[in-house]
Amino acid sequence: MKKILIQDAVLVKNYLNGDESALSVLINRHKQKIYSFIYSKVFDRDITEDVFQDTFIKVIKTLKLGKYNEEGKFLPWVMRIAHNLVIDHFRRNSRMPKFDNAGEFSIFSVLSDSALNAEKSIIKNQVESDVRRIIQELPEDQKQVLVMRMYQDMSFKEISERTGVSINTALGRMRYALINLRKVIEQHNIVLTN
Amino acid sequence: MAKIYSDCNPKKIQLNPKKETVDFLLNYSKALRVNCYKKMKFEALLN
Repeated sequence: MKKILIQDAVLVKNYLNGDESALSVLINRHKQKIYSFIYSKVFDRDITEDVFQDTFIKVIKTLKLGKYNEEGKFLPWVMRIAHNLVIDHFRRNSRMPKFDNAGEFSIFSVLSDSALNAEKSIIKNQVESDVRRIIQELPEDQKQVLVMRMYQDMSFKEISERTGVSINTALGRMRYALINLRKVIEQHNIVLTN
Repeated sequence: MAKIYSDCNPKKIQLNPKKETVDFLLNYSKALRVNCYKKMKFEALLN
């Protein structure tokens, strides 16, 4: 038996006359094209499903309200509606960016919180307190130079004036202070990293 | 005989909406009534 293809225009007319099955034929005839078109723009099955549904809701409303002007271009008209709804979707999303972690890419791998978390903050405090304790073990003259330089942010010129020694002596004391600190750290296997 | 090195075309994935979506649209269409009063038109969803 030969299948007779009823044209879109006839189906639309039948639908407007109350034949609901005509809409079913129209949807089934064009669903793949329209769905693929939407998917090629949004690349998300769920969004495609939503846009597809909204497209046909608009089609049904327009047809029932008698606003559709039949010019034999049913599919291009539906495609245009789908296209406009895709644009609406992107406009809405650019105003309200939505990040979901459903895909492989996670936005949180790119964004980082510059503030230290609780664990890192505890480690930082621990390291700083360890360093202070080791500094207390240094000979008094070396300790004095190191504290002035590192904690009070004084220049070697200022340190030499304050301690009454030459700049070279202050530099030498700083050098020995650092050597001794390293020695103590190595000897006691102290880990000073965050 | 000439060897054919080209791969056969992979089957194109057909993208189709879910059956539920199509069913929803058909039910929506059946439920939607447009009532005309003078020059005004009112939509009514009769479920």
